Amino acid sequence: MHGIIGYGGYVPRLRLQRAAVVQANAWYAPQFKAKAKGTRAFANWDEDSITLAVAAARDCLGTNEDRSRIRAVTLASTTLPFADRLNAAVVCEALTLRDDVSAVDVGGSQRVGLTAVLDGLARVRAGAGDTLVLAADNRQTRPASAQELDYGDAAAAMLLGADSPRARVLAEALGSGTLTVDFVDHFRMSGDDIDYHWEERWVRDEGISKLVPQAITAALKQAQISAAQIDHFIFPSSFAKIDAQLAKGCGIRADAVVDGLAESVGETGVPHALLLLAQTLERAQPGQHILVAQFGSGAQAAVFRVTEHINSFRPRCGVSAWLARGAMEASYTKFLSFKQQIRLERGMRGEQDKKTALSTAYRHRSTILGLVAGKCSVTGSVHFPPSRLSYDQGAPLLDTQQPHKLAERSATVLSWSAETLSFHMAPPHHYGQVDFDGGGRILMDFTDLDVGEVQSGTKVEMVFRVKDIDELRGFTRYFWKATPVRAAAPAPAGTSPAASPATLG
Amino acid sequence: MASGIKDKVAILGMGCSKFGERWDASPEDLMVEAYSEAMADAGISPDQLGAAWFSTHLSDVGTGRGGTPMAIALRLPNIGVTRVENFCAGGSEAIRAAVYAVAAGACDIALALGVEKLKDTGYGGLPTGTVGTYIPQWYPNGVAPANFAQLASAYQAKHGIDAALLKRAIAQVSVKSHANGAKNPKAHLQKAVTEEQVLRAPMIAEPLGLFDCCGVSDGAAAVIVTTPDIARGLGKRDLVTFKALQVAVSNGWEMHSNAWDGSYFHTARIAAKRAYAEAGITDARAQISMTEVHDCFSVTELVTMEDLGLSDEGAAVRDVLDGDFNADGRNPCQIDGGLKCFGHPIGASGIRMLYEMYLQLQGRAGARQLRNPSMGLTHNLGGQPSQNVCAVSIVGHQGA
Repeated sequence: MHGIIGYGGYVPRLRLQRAAVVQANAWYAPQFKAKAKGTRAFANWDEDSITLAVAAARDCLGTNEDRSRIRAVTLASTTLPFADRLNAAVVCEALTLRDDVSAVDVGGSQRVGLTAVLDGLARVRAGAGDTLVLAADNRQTRPASAQELDYGDAAAAMLLGADSPRARVLAEALGSGTLTVDFVDHFRMSGDDIDYHWEERWVRDEGISKLVPQAITAALKQAQISAAQIDHFIFPSSFAKIDAQLAKGCGIRADAVVDGLAESVGETGVPHALLLLAQTLERAQPGQHILVAQFGSGAQAAVFRVTEHINSFRPRCGVSAWLARGAMEASYTKFLSFKQQIRLERGMRGEQDKKTALSTAYRHRSTILGLVAGKCSVTGSVHFPPSRLSYDQGAPLLDTQQPHKLAERSATVLSWSAETLSFHMAPPHHYGQVDFDGGGRILMDFTDLDVGEVQSGTKVEMVFRVKDIDELRGFTRYFWKATPVRAAAPAPAGTSPAASPATLG
Repeated sequence: MASGIKDKVAILGMGCSKFGERWDASPEDLMVEAYSEAMADAGISPDQLGAAWFSTHLSDVGTGRGGTPMAIALRLPNIGVTRVENFCAGGSEAIRAAVYAVAAGACDIALALGVEKLKDTGYGGLPTGTVGTYIPQWYPNGVAPANFAQLASAYQAKHGIDAALLKRAIAQVSVKSHANGAKNPKAHLQKAVTEEQVLRAPMIAEPLGLFDCCGVSDGAAAVIVTTPDIARGLGKRDLVTFKALQVAVSNGWEMHSNAWDGSYFHTARIAAKRAYAEAGITDARAQISMTEVHDCFSVTELVTMEDLGLSDEGAAVRDVLDGDFNADGRNPCQIDGGLKCFGHPIGASGIRMLYEMYLQLQGRAGARQLRNPSMGLTHNLGGQPSQNVCAVSIVGHQGA
């Protein structure tokens, strides 16, 4: 049996109150008043489609350091930071996968997440080994546009494989249908940042309503089940109720339609179908059928049957828990700044050159991208960064250090500060010394935290983030940061429409 | 066993420029200002100088690299001029090199001069130095206040001290230095401040506010050293001699192992211990008349009192609040205002500290003169708590 053997997701912590956006733009775009409800997720300044994908992959793969079973990685997105540098390779380094892993970036359409899953399943069937499909998007939108309110940022991960003693198929792939048609509901030329959209009514009536059912019909036919047997129907779209209309048109039960998270996250682009699939798998029951469809330059649909092993797997955090961890954000200018739509004054301290020596970066890639330390095989002391000589006082040992991964280990803040002197995208700039369980210490940046949330003794975990952006040469470099270990927070108050105006202040 | 430096080398003359926002002066002008005073004090001519050491840190905004900027600014007679750079402890390194050269007999008279021109950056605070191509790829883009503020959180956690009490104690460190600086016409900041002013100042790096941070200043300081015999031959009396010159440098243990608790300076404790041994000091609190320590931030000074053995571990908060380090206290500290108020032109600071010890020991410190000091200690630190260069020097009357 082949199918999904693991799943995960990631929704950035920041949730922008739509009411804040609508209010700020009311003088110019009063037509969006009806959209002043709930929140949309948006990436922190130090997140991009690569880091979002790493977060989803880690949610799927858990803390097990042995990831050698993964033989291929596909990274699906239309917002990857590098046009020519394998973005998936950065992800592979961050996940400390084997060097002989196969990796590819795919894009070009909103349905490429599902395409990647179907291609990955074909690969698995051909005996090529476990395939990790990642989808992530971090789209830019024009201020005072509908997309600014409708879109969200997120990532999802699907680990595909065959039944084996080490992994069980959680959802078996039964069939799929594909339609490739050059229907241009929106487009973005290479090098551009923002989508251009055609009229919504035409997209609904002539595009989605006519093309998607064809893919769905083909998938059901191949799966040899009827539409009425579908228990979970996933169709991501920023168009309200289009999923229910499609379901009705195709004969799928109304109660099977999976909520698209428009209220809290927004439509996240390429990852959205897989994000909803990951969330659905958290609650799916053995024997249920899931139909996932995605629209874009045609349409694609896939049918899965949930197996009796579904409860043998749990993502590390899971989409539902990420949803609950949201931090309400009422500052529209913070959103615009993080999305590079406005440039806030940086002062002279913001003029620092962030040039990256690529030869240095390559030499130390496992340290920087993989957060791999060196552990002395004699004393057990852990060194970050690894070095030929150990620090052991009085008796430094030569060439005794073995690779020692730190990314999945929990850690504790030894000391910290939050400073407002330097230029930082999200002041105050928090950083401090972090001690890892099992040894190792790093003076490192903190991220995704509020003032007053950290002190000596605070438990932290590692997240892979943008370290610096070299605007002069157009290069982004990455490293790991510490963030407080969090239990799932209560649902953000602003997700209920009544609470939004009050929190706006 | 090395015999140490005690009483082998004497100070022949010293000079120090006015510190501050010297919009009027180039680094060359500052060097000339300090050098001229030192040469006049020594009573020698340039051709009597055998060698010189030049301390400057941020070459990009100051003088540029190498020994030539100083040789040219001072029109030195083609003697050897060596630039030394060891973060904020560079001044002490220049002194050490000059003193060692004289002690070794390599030259009779040597000059050490430090200078920094910081106010041509266009902004307040220190510019960020370059640290190679590897470190920036993982290390936080930190600033000095936040690097040193780490001490406060670790010290608080270790000793279970209430945040408000620590904040008050470090405020008192600054109140004391401002009171001293107000009596120093060469100091950058010459105004007394109240505890309330310090506590209410804008936050720079939690928990350090504006008044917990030292001045960023332009300035230069110079010292001319020789043997006691030569000094006496040149007519000098009441010689001030070097008793100890020690430097300890981090090897990564604090930064990378999990053993250091972040609340103190490992190097300072080592350097102090070695310096006391070299100088023959057995009871620092009784024998050290005064100190100039590296108070780049108020919390640095507080923990340094413990590192130097002038407070018991965990007791510096109490001792500071008791006034033990005030001008009229048990071990007066920063009589000249310290880095806090005299200012901190990085490459010059170690020599500026020595300048105050020299003036005090010679009874030339004017309104801030202490009664009969016999032994002074300077503590000059470069880097940050987790990895640094720490110089501890002791000077005193010859034979003391």
